[in-house]
Amino acid sequence: MVAPEPSAPRNGAMALVAERDIVACRQLVRKLAQELKFTLVDQTKMITAASELSRNTIVYGLGGEMRWEIVTEGLRSGLRLAFEDHGPGIPDTALALTDGWTSGTGMGIGLSGSRRLVNDFELRTVVGEGTCVTITRWR
Amino acid sequence: MDRIPILKMGRCLLVTIQVDLLDQTALALQDDLAERISATAAQGVLIDISALEIVDSFVGRILASISGIAAIMGATLVVVGMQPAVAITLVELGLSLDGVRTALDVERGMALLQAGERSHGGA
Repeated sequence: MVAPEPSAPRNGAMALVAERDIVACRQLVRKLAQELKFTLVDQTKMITAASELSRNTIVYGLGGEMRWEIVTEGLRSGLRLAFEDHGPGIPDTALALTDGWTSGTGMGIGLSGSRRLVNDFELRTVVGEGTCVTITRWR
Repeated sequence: MDRIPILKMGRCLLVTIQVDLLDQTALALQDDLAERISATAAQGVLIDISALEIVDSFVGRILASISGIAAIMGATLVVVGMQPAVAITLVELGLSLDGVRTALDVERGMALLQAGERSHGGA
């Protein structure tokens, strides 16, 4: 049996404030997905979802952070990412999760599309307080 | 801010994206290409994205927008070199890149542009 590396941190966080952080976020998620030995397609899906959600946090949520965690459940392991902001919140989550709906200048595909790229997707939002989107992709 | 170089080859413009794209860099490319199409009267634009590890909705939107701008200015855009994992992810994301012509690699993309030139009656 191979024991997990005791020195490797199992969770962490990074600030999402400026546009440059979207690139840094993609790079961090790529590194984590590679460490977890995700297939190339799974890596690409997780990085793309992280790119969409980190942009939402910065552009619509007016900044926030991404927390990451390597999770295990029985024999499987996965990567969980939480994108949290303290922005205006989303008044109508059903509408926000509809393809093509946008409150800004985007294509309105970021939220609904990233949900399709991951295994678990959770959206918590309170108007006037903020939004937290948590995604998990299992190996 | 980084700017992506645009090369002129005959009547075509060639762009190779080799960096992880900042949103601002992608937007600047759109503006620069419009300028260069106008300045050079290029008939074709080839964008090689083989080094891109992901294409998200923002970059997808920019590619669709460049395609539209090029068409209005009398040029054809061909996007080449998309990695298979990127194509799979794009479709699942819900982005079909409608109206954007694509080819597997630079060679096939060039052939597509040259075939287009010939079909315009060699004017």
